[in-house]
Amino acid sequence: MGSGTILAAEAVQFDGVAKAFAGAAVLDGINLGFPAGLTTAVVGESGSGKTTLLQLINGVLQPDAGQVRVFGEAVPRQAAERFRRRIGYAVQGAGLFPHLTNRRNVVLLAQLEGWTEDAIEARYAELLHEMDLPKEVSRRYPHQLSGGQQQRVGLCRALMLKPGLLLLDEPFSAVDPITRVGIYERFEFVQRHEGVSTVLVTHDMREAVHLGDRLVILKAGRVVRSGVTEEVVNAPGDPYVEQLVNQQL
Amino acid sequence: MLAAAAGHAAEPIRIASKNSNESYLLSEIAAQLLESKGFAVERRFGLGGTLIAFDALVAGEIDLYMEYTGTLSQAILKLGQEASREVMNERLKGDGLRLLQPFGFNNTYAVAVRREQARALGLARIGDLADHPTLRVVFSHEFLEREDGWPGLKRAYGLAFDVAGIEHALSYQAIAEGALDVTDAYSTDGELLRHDLVLLEDDQRFFPRYLAAPLVRADVGAEVIETLDFLGGTLDDAAAQALNAAVVVDGASFAEVAAGFLAERGVDSETVAKAGGGDLWQSLAANTAQHLKLTLTALAAAVIVGLSVSLLIFRRAVAARLVVYLCGLLQTVPSIALLALMIPLFGIGAAPAVVALFLYSLLPVMRNTVTALTTIDPTLLRVADAMGLSRREQIRHVYLPLSMPSVLAGIRTAAVINIGTATLAAFIGAGGLGDPIVTGLALNDVSFILQGAVPAALLAIATELAFEGVERVAVPGHLRAR
Repeated sequence: MGSGTILAAEAVQFDGVAKAFAGAAVLDGINLGFPAGLTTAVVGESGSGKTTLLQLINGVLQPDAGQVRVFGEAVPRQAAERFRRRIGYAVQGAGLFPHLTNRRNVVLLAQLEGWTEDAIEARYAELLHEMDLPKEVSRRYPHQLSGGQQQRVGLCRALMLKPGLLLLDEPFSAVDPITRVGIYERFEFVQRHEGVSTVLVTHDMREAVHLGDRLVILKAGRVVRSGVTEEVVNAPGDPYVEQLVNQQL
Repeated sequence: MLAAAAGHAAEPIRIASKNSNESYLLSEIAAQLLESKGFAVERRFGLGGTLIAFDALVAGEIDLYMEYTGTLSQAILKLGQEASREVMNERLKGDGLRLLQPFGFNNTYAVAVRREQARALGLARIGDLADHPTLRVVFSHEFLEREDGWPGLKRAYGLAFDVAGIEHALSYQAIAEGALDVTDAYSTDGELLRHDLVLLEDDQRFFPRYLAAPLVRADVGAEVIETLDFLGGTLDDAAAQALNAAVVVDGASFAEVAAGFLAERGVDSETVAKAGGGDLWQSLAANTAQHLKLTLTALAAAVIVGLSVSLLIFRRAVAARLVVYLCGLLQTVPSIALLALMIPLFGIGAAPAVVALFLYSLLPVMRNTVTALTTIDPTLLRVADAMGLSRREQIRHVYLPLSMPSVLAGIRTAAVINIGTATLAAFIGAGGLGDPIVTGLALNDVSFILQGAVPAALLAIATELAFEGVERVAVPGHLRAR
């Protein structure tokens, strides 16, 4: 965990965080830094606590003990709307609103924020271009797009307000493998271009290694290994991590 | 004759009738008589039965209607025996009511059979029915319940039939066509002549006497009471049956028959009688407009209340279930019963009808809304939350639009139910397309019934089409309910 301190700014910082549901610990003793400007992939099986970890970052859940800070600011306990709008969020299957056109899905928050039409259009066009989406998707509804296109629209939505932090909850797992590689490329390009710090939660070690600058391996609510991706892969240092590396890569 | 007019208060005398043709006719006679003496009169005819008319009188919603002594003593005052007018008036004093002098004829309950069947089976007295247990006996609902109806009759004559109920207005038609064999009738009813029915003799003298008389609010004023006393003793049984037959058999209007009756007794009400008849299209338009007013007011209130309450409670599973359950319970109250329950609270007329229709509309609106709100894809809600949409923004941009197809379907169901149920509102004097239906039932006149039923059906279809249009505009194609 020492390598986290190499970078000056932490996008997200967990200090002694614990969370239990109905008396059963889901996360325990979590001390983690997520460096700014990089993608950190959190890997774990279902039940490892990785989704809870994400929900502690955007304040949907509150920790039982310890503290979570985002860019140095403690996650607010209530009235978290303003706070959450500074954090992009994308989810498995895209979670686009079916009653809104794809464009409206992307620009809804900007409209609610009171952006001018010009500013909205400029940002929207930029995102379409970055995500390599054709202009025609704008007036269509989500169900008229392929799964890969829906996922890209979902990423556009998450990035619309130029968030400093992006939370990705297994966003690529519902997309077929070939399409997935295309989206990886676009995502990596956009992530660097926008300079957005990213926390990616996934059960797929291959994806984590592909996209993550850093890895965090969760097992049964505890961090078993974290560090720069190459270091973790080359020196797992833990039987569970070694197993993940050998089986999935 | 109009000289007296200046002396009378501007408030019109509100005259009601029950939904039988004799009740219409007697009330029309009273109305024309009062008008001829310069009183202003408001007709609120066709109230749906004894309970509704009496409740409306007690509540001060009407000033008078025609009641029968037997009904008053047995069904209303529950005196258990025939009582004199003096005894009944003593009991009515507490409610501020007074029974005036009877017309004279006795329109008692009677048991009717077809003439040729009476001949074939040798039926002459009610007691003879006991020898023919296979006869199909069907009585009006009111007769089945009243102590002076079937419950008392079967004890008095030792009868043991498996009886069924029928709306009285339909029973003559049914017995004439042979769909049933024995039913209750009113002894002065003109329908008896039309359908060639005979009455079985009440040799045990079970049925009390039913002398028709104006039942008025005592505060209606001495002048009105004096004027109506003119009607005392003016009709015997045969004359009453002839007047009734003039309407139901010969097809004369109530206004014409009433005017003729009064003219024979030196009262000139011709000028008034002419005003009674209206143009068909004009009354159709007025009835339709009133019908729309009733249904739209009730529907708008149900949509506003239903949506607001749904949005307030849908997150609390127990509360949501409870409210939907209560609305469902309301739906099981029969329409006429619900209307009757409204009278003590809201009187008669449009107000209680709108409230009743509102209550009926709540279930489809609320059930569809609550169900839609509670079954939205949880992933979308997680995203809405994580995106930073406030509660209010989530309702506006996620919950409501995603629930819209189901909500609209619920409103559509409520609207169509409302249009049908609103025809019953005429029973409590609310008007609308039920008016010609109630009149038609009282007169056994299909053309009147169709004047209400056909436009009501067309309205229902138009409503369906209108909602399809609304859905096309408000809901994207792929989300529309099919």
